[in-house]
Amino acid sequence: MAPKMAKSYQFRSERQENWTRLEDMVQRAEKSGMASLSSAEIFELPHLYQGALSSLSVARSISLDKNVVDYLEALVARAYFLLHSQQRTVGAAFKKLFVYALPAAVRSIRQEMLVTVIVFMLGLIAAFVLVLENPDWYFSFVDQSLAGNRQPAASAEELRDTLYAKQDEVGGLDIFATQLFTHNSKVGILAFALGFALGIPTLWLLFTNGAMLGAFLALFHSKGLLFELGGWLIIHGSTEITAILLCGAAGLAIARHYIFPGKYSRLEALSFYGKKAAIVAFGCILMFLAAGVLEGFARQLVTGDITRYGVGFTLFVLWLGYFLFGGRGAEQDGSL
Amino acid sequence: MSKKRTAKLAKRQPVEKNLREIITPEGVPVRVELAERGDRAGAVLIDLAIMVGCMIVSVIAIALMSGFSGMGRVGIILILLIFFFFRNFYFMFFELKWQGQTPGKRRLGLKVIDRFGKPLSSEAIFARNMMREIELFIPIGIVMAGGGSGISGLMQFFAFVWAMTLVCLPLMNKDNLRAGDLVAGTLVVREPKILLAADMVEKSEQALEEGGPEFVFTQKQIDAYGVYELQTLETLLRNTSPEGRDKRKVAGKAILKKIGWADPVPARKLDSFLTAYYQALRKRLESQLLMGKRRQDKFDETG
Repeated sequence: MAPKMAKSYQFRSERQENWTRLEDMVQRAEKSGMASLSSAEIFELPHLYQGALSSLSVARSISLDKNVVDYLEALVARAYFLLHSQQRTVGAAFKKLFVYALPAAVRSIRQEMLVTVIVFMLGLIAAFVLVLENPDWYFSFVDQSLAGNRQPAASAEELRDTLYAKQDEVGGLDIFATQLFTHNSKVGILAFALGFALGIPTLWLLFTNGAMLGAFLALFHSKGLLFELGGWLIIHGSTEITAILLCGAAGLAIARHYIFPGKYSRLEALSFYGKKAAIVAFGCILMFLAAGVLEGFARQLVTGDITRYGVGFTLFVLWLGYFLFGGRGAEQDGSL
Repeated sequence: MSKKRTAKLAKRQPVEKNLREIITPEGVPVRVELAERGDRAGAVLIDLAIMVGCMIVSVIAIALMSGFSGMGRVGIILILLIFFFFRNFYFMFFELKWQGQTPGKRRLGLKVIDRFGKPLSSEAIFARNMMREIELFIPIGIVMAGGGSGISGLMQFFAFVWAMTLVCLPLMNKDNLRAGDLVAGTLVVREPKILLAADMVEKSEQALEEGGPEFVFTQKQIDAYGVYELQTLETLLRNTSPEGRDKRKVAGKAILKKIGWADPVPARKLDSFLTAYYQALRKRLESQLLMGKRRQDKFDETG
């Protein structure tokens, strides 16, 4: 009897039960997570997977039943995705991101960060010097719509008023809203996105934003209000400008590793370094949220210059410490 | 209805150029089928619809809680924050929780995997979904706002061109990768799901136990075809739609002619004739396979 049977039929009928058991487990785990399997099943799962894997290899070489081969192919792929997925809860994944991955990613783009800081400072210094010499330069750097009352023609008194707005006049809310959804986070995200466009527009964007800041500084300096402007800016600026620079650096990192992929292929380089850059940019989005809260609320509540400087510098030091030292231990012992 | 069903069945057949191979650590290549662009767009639309729905519900809830008239600053700030969190965390949350699936992807049977066969890392999920900000939300913003705020002139133009380039990126490469996939090293595939059907030789094994087979073929008749024809015949035999029956009729005629079958086969017997021939052919080809000979198709002379 037995020799008359097709070999592939025999092969299948001997193993079919294990395949369907595996399929059932995979189905349940896909639907409601690994936790829905009993501990005995968890123990059995890798064995069944190995069995299905070798069944697939054999079936490919001895069976001409297309359905069986396709079925095994799909089953093995599903079990593979299940077993080779990171069984990490959402909370643990976020924890790992903030404790380890984000600061490590920021450290990995420090060279690009240096470039963005230099370009930004060049813009700032150039505009500062030019506007001090001739205030007519001011509107070359600052968009009319953004300037508002802050114009060369304004008196020192008017300029001072822009720094200490009364709460009723400019609601913290409006600033918060615009902050969150428009200008600065948009500049940051664009700096990152344009890095994808090989980096030149990113540098230009950073330069012009640096120049805008330089022009502001020059204007207020000429009216003797530099120190007060500094306090107004730094309370949120230490967070926000850092984030813009980081975004730009992340964009540059993508451009750099795409143009010079080194030992990797372009796509591999992009996915290796791009992943880090995107994580930096994601951290920046949250920094922009923090900056929005600071600009909208803290600045309204804290009006003393010294306190403003204090808050701004403290935050800057905290960011710096976080990015420089965050997750270093974990990086080494691989505990995360 | 039945026509629609067959169309769907026909669509389910994977196209060769959409298959990608992943090598498992055990060294066995596993094939996965690339997700179609239309399905991916559909999944995003479903997800966006769910997001917008949730946002509207939360706005209404907050409005109700604070009373319509006095929805003060706190309420608006809360709404802004909720919007912010939906926009930034919706996709990340689900892809982390469901191993590379969101409600939209689950509905359409899609899944995110690592392009190089490694486990899908949480970093990859963060990265690919962060990129949605510049691929999805900023372009939507640009289209809706018409370019009003913030960045001016040349920069706005640049931004627009680049946003559009990024949006169209999946149309420009063979793996349908969007910028987020490029950066995160991911691939979106169709969830592999194939049911194990009954073996086509099962009946003949039973028939063998009960008595002799109905049709007997000579060696020459069996040797007329190869693996390709065998598997085509299998697909035809498994196709239960009326369309499949028509196709079998045509195929049956061709086979009868090719192997020079003398006796007429009545229409009602056609299926059992084809099944019998399939079984004989498969047995023959598989035994050749054991000897290391794989006859690819009827033009192949190795057999």
